[in-house]
Amino acid sequence: MELASFLQILDSTVRLATPLLFACIAGLYSERSGVFDIGLEGKMLVAAFAAASASYATGNVWIGTAAGIGAALLFAAIHGLASITFRGNQLISGVAINFLASGLTVVLGSTWFKLGGQTPALTDGARFADITLPFARPATESLSGVGFVSGFYSHVISGHSILVYVALLLVPATWWLLYRTRFGLRLRAVGENPAAVDTAGVSVVALRYSAVAITGLLCGLAGAYMSMGLSAGFLREMTAGRGYIALAALIFAKWRPWYALAACMLFGLLDAVAIRFQNIDIGLLVIPVQFTQALPYILTVIILAGFVGKAIPPRAGGEPYVKER
Amino acid sequence: MTKLPRWADVVLVPLICLIIAFAFSAILIAAIGQSPAHAIWIMIDGSLGSTYGLGYTLYFATNFIFTGLAVSIAFQASLFNIGGEGQATLGGLGTALACLLIPWPHWSLALMASILASAAFGAAWALLPAWLQARRGSHIVITTMMFNFIAYALMNYVLVNILRPQGSMDPATARFPVTVNLPKLGDILGVVGIPFSSKNPANISFLIAIALAFAVWVLLWHTRLGYALRAFGKQEKAAIYAGIDPVRITIYALLLSGGISGLMAINAVQGAAHRLVLNSVEGAGFIGIAVALMGRNHPFGIVLASLLFGFLYQGGTQLALGTTIPREVITVLQALVILFTGALPYMVQRPLEALFARLARKEAA
Repeated sequence: MELASFLQILDSTVRLATPLLFACIAGLYSERSGVFDIGLEGKMLVAAFAAASASYATGNVWIGTAAGIGAALLFAAIHGLASITFRGNQLISGVAINFLASGLTVVLGSTWFKLGGQTPALTDGARFADITLPFARPATESLSGVGFVSGFYSHVISGHSILVYVALLLVPATWWLLYRTRFGLRLRAVGENPAAVDTAGVSVVALRYSAVAITGLLCGLAGAYMSMGLSAGFLREMTAGRGYIALAALIFAKWRPWYALAACMLFGLLDAVAIRFQNIDIGLLVIPVQFTQALPYILTVIILAGFVGKAIPPRAGGEPYVKER
Repeated sequence: MTKLPRWADVVLVPLICLIIAFAFSAILIAAIGQSPAHAIWIMIDGSLGSTYGLGYTLYFATNFIFTGLAVSIAFQASLFNIGGEGQATLGGLGTALACLLIPWPHWSLALMASILASAAFGAAWALLPAWLQARRGSHIVITTMMFNFIAYALMNYVLVNILRPQGSMDPATARFPVTVNLPKLGDILGVVGIPFSSKNPANISFLIAIALAFAVWVLLWHTRLGYALRAFGKQEKAAIYAGIDPVRITIYALLLSGGISGLMAINAVQGAAHRLVLNSVEGAGFIGIAVALMGRNHPFGIVLASLLFGFLYQGGTQLALGTTIPREVITVLQALVILFTGALPYMVQRPLEALFARLARKEAA
């Protein structure tokens, strides 16, 4: 393979991995606190829609981002209410949230914009601009005759929108928060043994609500990046299962932040390869594109099966906490 | 706190949840500048106003009876099978192979073959998640969810590369021979003198679905296996102590669930589409979750809930045709039904319990 197309694949890997990373880290907070969340997909979708709509209306990408976060927080609040306050089934609540987002975005979108569920294309000010880092060549410049190091820096590291860098910084930040702060210790404890946290005089409900709120915030950023960074506007069902891939990545990473980065990059790479190559001919046999697309799910099942290191979820995950009386 | 009387738990709670869900949907319709009353009139007229519309309602309901029973049989064993979508997709493959590979002389033989094939393919798609849950403790929700996506990719591959007829661009199989077409519900009712439109996809599968609901009821409440399944779902440790093998019962429950999901294909693929397309399930696997929750996990309730959702689906199609209200309003309504009956039942139950307790006190005084 030529260097140029190799760099292009890495470039789109970073772009495609970013929404996964946001959603995956989002899920990490919620699940570490003992609240399962299969509604990442729905929160991303509703955020992508709200972000694109608000950004189109105001022409301001930041107002769009705020709207995306707001919408995802609202959906997170529903999930919190169902799973924490009313001790309902967290999985069913997640399923409901995914459908709610899927229906609501199309109903509101086709009423507001009359385009069958999509928003009008966003113009420059309403989208995230790509940032060119110092010493990098502009992303528009041709790739021919570029050395690997310079090309890698200019096209893979540089030339992304701000949210890509935010997502990457989120990984060390989450690691620090989780393993080096009091809040992080309590968060991990409440997902393993809420009764112990309660006995220590810390509110289980408050901890879980704050974790679910962080999940909402990050899903909001994931959605905002989808509709205002990765593409220019909202399309119906545009998250296309990425929330589930993020969930798969979270399991693959065994609920740890650095591994989450690796898993999201791997799944982003698979996505980039599937988009670029379709069927891959490796001499002896042809790998169909459908196999590449299914690979994240297959890998996750293998990891779940426990043949390659067992993925053990937080022990209190999925269980509503009932205070002893 | 006093427990609710049984009738209130079985009838009142789902009814109140449904009313709340409808109220929110009405607010949504009003918010997009349309009249909720007009919308509900169009839905009722379009789905129940003629035997043509009613046929569509029953056709959708048939799909949901299959997927609803599938979800509920796993629920009875405390297993949440979210993979109905994938299992029904594979059931479609089984049906298509049964209908295409052998030149059946009569539809009844083809139907028996496709019942066996669709159930076997659906169950096979549930086997690995079932085994992983039973033996390796891998969470069934996540594995079945992953298998939905794998099923979609597999179906995409099979249709594009293997089953697609030469020269066709569509990722779909060839049309089935007309000899395997199932009798329409209208034709069957015509024999006994009931006039019913045949210009809709409702077919004999509806009767099969009703019979299956009865069979599931017998299985769950009148057989050893059903007892073991429910006991395992209620109290796993007690069931194991009573000699019920947890591995075997988990696998049985999920094989039954997957097989029943797969059976949906006789209605949607053999009965209506007459060929296998990429998205033959169209979300019915997920609606099964709503139906099972709404029907309180009982076959009778599931049939009623399926009819309700059949009405909603046909009504939603009519909405899209007759008004500018998008049919996705129904998706919202479905989400709200799942949310209130499945995730927020305590929100309805607690005030009701308080109300009943107060009534009881008044009576005592």
